[in-house]
Amino acid sequence: MSAEASGFLETNTDDAKDNATGMNTRKEYLSIHINDQMFGIPILQVQDVLGEQKITQIPLASSAIAGSLNLRGRIVTAIDVRKCLGLPRTETTSKDMSVVVEHNGELYSLIIDSIGDVLSLKIKDFEKNPATLDPLWRDISQGIFRLENNLLVVLDIPKLLSTIH
Amino acid sequence: MDDLITEFLTETNESLGELDLDLVKLEQNPNDKDLLSNIFRLMHTIKGTCGFLGLPRLEKVAHHAENIMGRFRDGELEVTPEYVTLIFESLDCIKDIMSAIEDTGEEPAGDDSDLIERLDAVYEGRDVKTDNAPEPANEPEQEPVSSALEPDEHGFTPTLAPSHPDYHKQQQAEEPPQPEQEPVAEASPPKEEVKDEEPPAEKVEKTSAVAAQSLRVNVDVLEDLMTMVSELVLTRNQLLQTARHNKETEFEAPLQRLNHVVSELQEGVMKTRMQPIGNAWSKLPRIIRDLSMELGKKIDLKMTGQDTELDRQVLEMIKDPLTHMVRNSADHGIEMPDERAATGKPETGSIWLNAYHEGGHIIIEIKDDGKGLNTEKIKEKILNNGLATAEELEAMSAQQIHQHVFKAGFSTAEKVTAVSGRGVGMDVVRTNIEKIGGSIELLSKEGEGSTFSIKIPLTLAIVSALIVEAAAEKFAIPQLVVRELVLLNEKSDNKVEFIKGSPVLRLRDQLLPLVYLDNVLSLQGGKSVESEEDVESLDPENQYIVVTQIGAYLFGIIVDKVFDTEEIVVKPVAGVLKEIEMFSGNTILGDGSVIMILDPAGIAKASGELEAGESRDTEQEELEASIASDKTSLLLFKAGDTAPKAVPLSLVARLEEIKLTDIEYSDDKAVIQYRDELMALIPFYPSMDLNADARKPVLVFTDNGRSMGLIIDSILDIVDIVIDVQLQGTTPGLMGSAIIDGKATDIVDIGHYLRSHNKDWFKTHGDEPYGEKDAGSTRILLVDDSPFFRNMLTPLLKVAGYNVTTMESAVDALKVCESGERFDMIISDIEMPEMDGFEFAEKLRASNDWKDTPLLALSSHATPQDIDRGQEVGFSRYIAKFDKDTLLSTINQTLVDISNDTRKMS
Repeated sequence: MSAEASGFLETNTDDAKDNATGMNTRKEYLSIHINDQMFGIPILQVQDVLGEQKITQIPLASSAIAGSLNLRGRIVTAIDVRKCLGLPRTETTSKDMSVVVEHNGELYSLIIDSIGDVLSLKIKDFEKNPATLDPLWRDISQGIFRLENNLLVVLDIPKLLSTIH
Repeated sequence: MDDLITEFLTETNESLGELDLDLVKLEQNPNDKDLLSNIFRLMHTIKGTCGFLGLPRLEKVAHHAENIMGRFRDGELEVTPEYVTLIFESLDCIKDIMSAIEDTGEEPAGDDSDLIERLDAVYEGRDVKTDNAPEPANEPEQEPVSSALEPDEHGFTPTLAPSHPDYHKQQQAEEPPQPEQEPVAEASPPKEEVKDEEPPAEKVEKTSAVAAQSLRVNVDVLEDLMTMVSELVLTRNQLLQTARHNKETEFEAPLQRLNHVVSELQEGVMKTRMQPIGNAWSKLPRIIRDLSMELGKKIDLKMTGQDTELDRQVLEMIKDPLTHMVRNSADHGIEMPDERAATGKPETGSIWLNAYHEGGHIIIEIKDDGKGLNTEKIKEKILNNGLATAEELEAMSAQQIHQHVFKAGFSTAEKVTAVSGRGVGMDVVRTNIEKIGGSIELLSKEGEGSTFSIKIPLTLAIVSALIVEAAAEKFAIPQLVVRELVLLNEKSDNKVEFIKGSPVLRLRDQLLPLVYLDNVLSLQGGKSVESEEDVESLDPENQYIVVTQIGAYLFGIIVDKVFDTEEIVVKPVAGVLKEIEMFSGNTILGDGSVIMILDPAGIAKASGELEAGESRDTEQEELEASIASDKTSLLLFKAGDTAPKAVPLSLVARLEEIKLTDIEYSDDKAVIQYRDELMALIPFYPSMDLNADARKPVLVFTDNGRSMGLIIDSILDIVDIVIDVQLQGTTPGLMGSAIIDGKATDIVDIGHYLRSHNKDWFKTHGDEPYGEKDAGSTRILLVDDSPFFRNMLTPLLKVAGYNVTTMESAVDALKVCESGERFDMIISDIEMPEMDGFEFAEKLRASNDWKDTPLLALSSHATPQDIDRGQEVGFSRYIAKFDKDTLLSTINQTLVDISNDTRKMS
């Protein structure tokens, strides 16, 4: 909520011109990092941010499914996002964080390297996926935000989850 | 009031409310097809239920109103406000009747012929468009319809289903007005009806008191409540665990209180879901009554255990299968009265319905004393449907063949009746029952009837599960399917054997297919076990077999560890995991960890068994074993040489395992402290090394409070077989050899060992043979066709001091008796070939020499009739074969009695 409010404020002060078209000029994302790449998850989809959890492995499940965990009495399926993105598991990125999202009434916990800030991004900085993007990524990315020092890949959660089977 | 009527009122009041709303909507959208069919369906349900409950007046009104709606639905009649008003009128009429039923419990007397006539007029298109409120008085000649005049007769006539060939006939017969027209007795109703034409607002408002008494709650609400309570229980458990670590906190008291409240809440919520099974049965007596009328059979339905409570979700699921099965029993099981009389059964067939709790499950039995399944007919059907080949059928037991009735498209009923026999029954029943984690078993004997027993969990929300571990991962197996646990280690004699890489276990007298849980689940760190060598490389302490039963299919799941059973709350798995057949859900354990619940059916599938329920039925075999009287339970063990040894299990009091280092010596004899007493130990063979640091099994024999142990090397198995001694034993201690399980097995003469330990082992009964001075002079003739018993009893009697002569047939025995031999007592078996014990006794008693000689009957099973017959033909006493104490004391007592008699006479 506070992120939304600050976003609203920013809109008012930073970009008075865009204000004419209302709030639609900015969107908020939770930035996350995997293998030094920055990703964004639409903030409204985020339910929870968790530290390292005790995960029960699920035999026979897809390798992208890390297991399941107990989040305040609800069973959450943990997804290894690295696997979904075809990224190797590096030794240095051992500190597992996860972001819990809801999809079709079920909770999924996306395991990532680290959590960044909540960013309020201008829609004009948004671009479609470049043609050269890895096909695996193209399927689960909504598009790219051009940030000052960085590029942020917006994750399409429903698509990401639908690739797992 | 009748429960059924109450339920009907509640339900119908709801339907009527819905109808009111729908009709108003229909008036506005006359072409809404969905709405129309919904209205039609509601009215149809009301009509159907009325007919079922025997409420002819209600049924009639509903039926005629339904006719019009049928025409609306088929587009043959335009929906006009006039017609809708007419329907409303019928609804009001129904409501009036219903409130009267609610007050009195009976349908009020009254006549609705005017309303019905107007409904019919619309239905038949006789009405004039403008004539929206016909004055019945003006057209009395159209009024009476024969069916309206005789509600009692017609009300009970079962309404035929539209698909029935006779349906239209019935319709035609019912609908057109009869040529003869009779004036209606009560001419006053028309006035009322006219009044009713104004929208009867207050009447709609009037809510039923019955409906208000109970509250209908959406199941989802209860379900949510249940989930939340489960969470609450988990949270409380965690709190309690935390509190246990730091004692003396100020939280202690409130926590205790919380604990109580939560427990009560859980109980309460569970209770809201529980309903007595009688609710699912309440309609059955009526169904059976109607069926028996329809089929011309006499059927008596006996129900016990109606109060057994189970989760309403489960109840809903089994309602239809149960009804179907009871109908089946009535339709196909029970024969016609004359058929029954011909086979010597009472004309009235019985169907028993019984429900009871058993270890967290509910068992429902449906039993009939009808003709049972026709094995030949099923065979034929199996062949026709190509489900098995003739050779395969040849190899199948009747039990296995019967299981086919649970397959789709299988019905052996020669004709499809309206009741059952369409072949869509039993497979649906099985599927439904398995869906809720239950199982169904069938036991049928041709000519004697069938028994179906359904085993279902008490509730679906909370199940008892066995927590197991494989490759360091924990899993839950629903307790419902777990039949037993078998420990695999060096000490136990259970050993996994392999047939081309497939593990199997000899479990008593059958081969149990096995699966390694870690293999089935392809767990990391799981081992691939394909031969005996692989097994040896495993940790021998860490293997358990969970013997699992799906329907009649038994298989074993090998796991590393078995923990406790826990009550778990089943939660469905996430969407992305639905495709894995091995899991039926997941849950959170008390310690907060997530655990997967195994689906045994999925594992059975993975183990290669695609169609459960075809396997042998163990219960059937147990039954057969118990019926077969000539079978003996033998304990097989190993000691000394390689040949297995056997002793009758009935002689062994207990099996123990002792540490050889615990053996002490007293008077040069090995003894052990056993249950605070000294028990003498005898090694089975003298060369046994008793100084080794090992554990050995001991067979404990007890008699008169004294125990003696026979040390053996290992226990092999327990078998039920017919003993056929092939070779007479020459070695002391062996009775002979028999083939057991395809192996030459020594039958051990336990008496020899007992005597070698203590000369007077058998003499401690206080029943020293009669006449101590001339012990050995009492001559006993033992007649038994079974060498086993001759061999078992002879030493026993000899040790007791009698002079025993044995004969293996009554014919021979009779010859010996006639040849002038003298015996003080004759002990004879009853079941013998050629001449049985009864005949033998009769012949014997006929002879002058033997008419006073005590005659004891020996039998493995004695019914009261047998005993009566025995006494008739001259047996003095009846003794069970295995009861050696009674045998000895009876012999003694009989001899003492005779001696007293002789003394008195002299």
